[in-house]
Amino acid sequence: MDNTAEVQDREDSLKGVGCSRKRKEDARFVQGTGRYTDDLKLPGMLFADMVRSPYAHARIKSINKEKALALPGVHAVLTAEDLKPLNLHWMPTLAGDVQAVLADEKVHFQYQEVAVVIADDRYIAADAIELVEVEYEELEVLVDAHRAMDDDAPILREDLVGKMDGAHSTRVHNNHIFNWQAGEKEATDRVFEQAEVTVKQDMYYPRVHPCPMETCGCVASFDKINEHLTVHLTSQAPHIVRTVVSMLSGIPESRIRIVSPDIGGGFGNKVGIYPGYVVSIVASIVLGVPVKWVEDRMENISTTAFARDYHMTGEIAADKEGRIKALRVNVLADHGAFDACADPSKFPAGLMHICTGSYDVPVAHLNVDGVYTNKAPGGVAYRCSFRVTEAVYVIERTMDVLAQKLGIDKAEIRRRNFVKVEQFPYKTCLGWELDSGDYHTALEKVLNAVDYDALRKEQQEKRTQGELMGIGLCTFTEIVGAGPSRNCDILGVGMFDSAEIRVHPTGSVMARMGTITQGQGHQTTYAQIIASELGISSDEISIEEGDTDTAPYGLGTYGSRSTPVGGAATAVAARKIRAKAQKIAAHLLEVSENDLEWEVDRFKVKGVPGQEKTMKEVAWAAYNNVPEGMEPGLEAVDYYDPPNFTYPFGIYLCVLDIDKSTGETKVRRFYALDDCGTRINPMIIEGQIHGGLTEGFAVAMGQEMPFDEQGNLLGNTLMDYFVPTFVETPHWETDYTVTPSPHHPLGAKGVAESPHVGSIPCFTSAIVDAFAHLDVTHMDMPHSAYRVWQKVHELGLDKRA
Amino acid sequence: MIPSEFEYHKATSIQDAIAQLGAHEDAKLLAGGHSLLPMMKLRFAEPPHLIDINGIEELRGIRLEGDTICIGAMTTENELIHSEILQQHCPLLVEAARLVADPQVRNRGTIGGDVAHGDPGNDHPAVMLALDATFVLHGPGGERQQAANGFFLGTYWNDLQEHEILVELRVPVIKKGVGHGYSKLKRKTGDYAVAGSPVVIELDGEVCRDIRIALTNVAPMAIRAEAAENILRGKVIDDALIEQAAAEVLAACDPAEDLRGDVLYKSHMAAEMARRSIRAALLQARG
Repeated sequence: MDNTAEVQDREDSLKGVGCSRKRKEDARFVQGTGRYTDDLKLPGMLFADMVRSPYAHARIKSINKEKALALPGVHAVLTAEDLKPLNLHWMPTLAGDVQAVLADEKVHFQYQEVAVVIADDRYIAADAIELVEVEYEELEVLVDAHRAMDDDAPILREDLVGKMDGAHSTRVHNNHIFNWQAGEKEATDRVFEQAEVTVKQDMYYPRVHPCPMETCGCVASFDKINEHLTVHLTSQAPHIVRTVVSMLSGIPESRIRIVSPDIGGGFGNKVGIYPGYVVSIVASIVLGVPVKWVEDRMENISTTAFARDYHMTGEIAADKEGRIKALRVNVLADHGAFDACADPSKFPAGLMHICTGSYDVPVAHLNVDGVYTNKAPGGVAYRCSFRVTEAVYVIERTMDVLAQKLGIDKAEIRRRNFVKVEQFPYKTCLGWELDSGDYHTALEKVLNAVDYDALRKEQQEKRTQGELMGIGLCTFTEIVGAGPSRNCDILGVGMFDSAEIRVHPTGSVMARMGTITQGQGHQTTYAQIIASELGISSDEISIEEGDTDTAPYGLGTYGSRSTPVGGAATAVAARKIRAKAQKIAAHLLEVSENDLEWEVDRFKVKGVPGQEKTMKEVAWAAYNNVPEGMEPGLEAVDYYDPPNFTYPFGIYLCVLDIDKSTGETKVRRFYALDDCGTRINPMIIEGQIHGGLTEGFAVAMGQEMPFDEQGNLLGNTLMDYFVPTFVETPHWETDYTVTPSPHHPLGAKGVAESPHVGSIPCFTSAIVDAFAHLDVTHMDMPHSAYRVWQKVHELGLDKRA
Repeated sequence: MIPSEFEYHKATSIQDAIAQLGAHEDAKLLAGGHSLLPMMKLRFAEPPHLIDINGIEELRGIRLEGDTICIGAMTTENELIHSEILQQHCPLLVEAARLVADPQVRNRGTIGGDVAHGDPGNDHPAVMLALDATFVLHGPGGERQQAANGFFLGTYWNDLQEHEILVELRVPVIKKGVGHGYSKLKRKTGDYAVAGSPVVIELDGEVCRDIRIALTNVAPMAIRAEAAENILRGKVIDDALIEQAAAEVLAACDPAEDLRGDVLYKSHMAAEMARRSIRAALLQARG
């Protein structure tokens, strides 16, 4: 047998990095044996259900529990009054604000938690919440963020009256949360004053909801004898939950165990701490039995973390050739009734200052004002990294507007402004350092693949026939892998992540990480990383996450941070093990460590064929024959604090046709090229991209949380809230380039969120493009048939002869 | 998402169901349950008694009697779709059933429940109007027959009398020279129609001998667009006439504004659906 082929065989048998191996977790999911929070049934377990406000803004005049308490099977009805002695009627948010656990004298949004009923089962609890009598006095409602800081706007947060010192800045109005700026205002304004060309576009990124298939929930179980609290919950960040629960309850972290079991999708919805968790824990401590709380779909959409709701204005100053001279972005951020955004502490509007995108922007200024409204709190990153979705939307939309104004093709204007390959690492004028990229190559690859010129020609012909065909383009840069602890923390805890790897005597591996999979396939990809680093088949490597009693501390999974941070920790921990293994191998082979070279799964003595020790042999020796002075065992832990974010990028192109009679859109083609650096499992990457594109399609074409003037949320069921099925979902074409990250141990960058971040502006770009010859520069999402038809009708395009 | 308390009763025969309706105040019949149960889970409906008629075999099945197709009220949407009798003699019903909700709902949802529930968003009421169907109703006073035309009176309101049960739906066999079409616009799979329009056309040579244009979800109940029909009846239908008829359809609409659209959009969509169905029906009638 040829030696190279033999080595290749051994390499293939590892099923390591680069292998499209099937997902290890799927067997249990496809057979219905996944174990979710609501599957957990503990002896004596009671159920919690919420009494919620029908009003968006009202004073609570009285709460009468008597009838509910009289219902057989009801154990307790708790209100803010009951939580007050424990100082748990309010809780801190991740954004430096406080949030009512149960409404304290006032309700601030429709469906806000007013009281909780604890009953024998969920059926009795559902009956009991109807028996809790709450008397409200309705107050003027504030829904429109643009009105929030008017002189005559109703005061929402009475608890903040007079406290003008906000968590992030001085507040200028009682409904003002923060002002946050990045960049150079004066220098930017100066460029605008003298610019050859300027464009300005207002746009609204609607309030949407991540809407994971599994809603949020928990089972809290307090052991009174041992004073030990166990909480199973649907959390994307179980370790941070443990810290927060400890801070709130006073129970030492060592006596709190948080378990995130299988999670049916998170998409940011499962990052925060919700009133349901707090009251379940309190009820379990008070009653001494386990208490379960699980949201229904309407509660999920109405109350637990929404996303977006940003009113943005993008402005570009450029020369006549379309070269950007300055960028100005203004944002009015609607954060709802409590500022419960899940962002790194220093950034009240997340990483919005990545809004210079993929372009060489000399100077820029970003201004964000956050305001309170009578809507549910949240503001999480819905399959994105802390507002990068909003940032990409505003820059990509504004680039299109610039192209349109100058009569330059939207691909060409991007070519002229891209950061060039030789400029990396590229420091943006708003303070980021893009690690690597090759935008020009990727753009040309996509344009060639779809025959862009032919599409434009076809569009010209269609336009002369009165048909509406749109071509959308989005050339985005992501910022993921939060993040370096110098600029990223959550409640003061640095945003590192961790891996702990144990190699057993027989050479199989158990590894635990501080992240938590919710469908990303960590059990597969982390095993592949270890397989390649240690030369042990990924089949023999088990991955465990989500149990704070066993896993090392980590910040969890969101913002595409698992591969960039957790994956890096995994690789570094594995390398620590290999370094120790090399010493043991040298000892076994009686040579110097430096005489050894690594080949796939073994150490070989350089130049001496046959003198070798496989990792499995070394593992055995690690437990019985180590060099003198070395501790036995083969384990390592790594806490990885990334030196920088990673910056995946992509070029997306969408071709669609619009039916003028109905406003319906047919996505004819969607071509997505992603560059996420080194690809660990191409099949999982493709799956992630399909999923993300489908979610992006949902956001762009249908998802919204509309409110009426009284603050009633319209459309909080899946009848109205758009979650596409296979029927609605377009066909996706995927492609890739590989530009490794220079600072990640594997060169990997993370990918799960790129397709969401990048596809949304691409759809808008395509929709607007269909009307661009009629001087339309922008249309707000969602691009539902109804809304598109309204544009058709407004332009008179549906007139019949 | 959990209904309030109710008592469940299982009916063993049509007579038993009628008797139980009489015995329990404010009782509701449980057919497929795909309209009623969601309303109960939201506590919009809180019937104290549910009488389950799923076990009554005589309410199921499709048979051909001469020129009439008799469809048991408890026949599911999926059974309609897979019925050879309907595929051959009344494909409009097959086409319409395919557009109802989603596969899970079609496995349970029944044609009788769809018609009797009274939701203007349901598909079959308008289809029954277009087909000129007859309903067989059983009540404490015995059996009676009622034309679909005139049965639908408003939202959740129809001509069913107290303790009466819809037992069978009868539709005529679609013959040569008769064409049909059903167009339905919906936001997504599983949604109710933004607007829908079933159309049946009978041609005499090139002349439209009769036409029925019905509309889904653009009024408090399923309606016929009679003014539009009158424009086309007795004429050789051309594009100009279709446009005139579409304008009448638009004028006939009285939809409720919701997230699917405002009055303007829904009315225009009803006109467009009617336009499409008329064209499809015409093409088919011409063979």
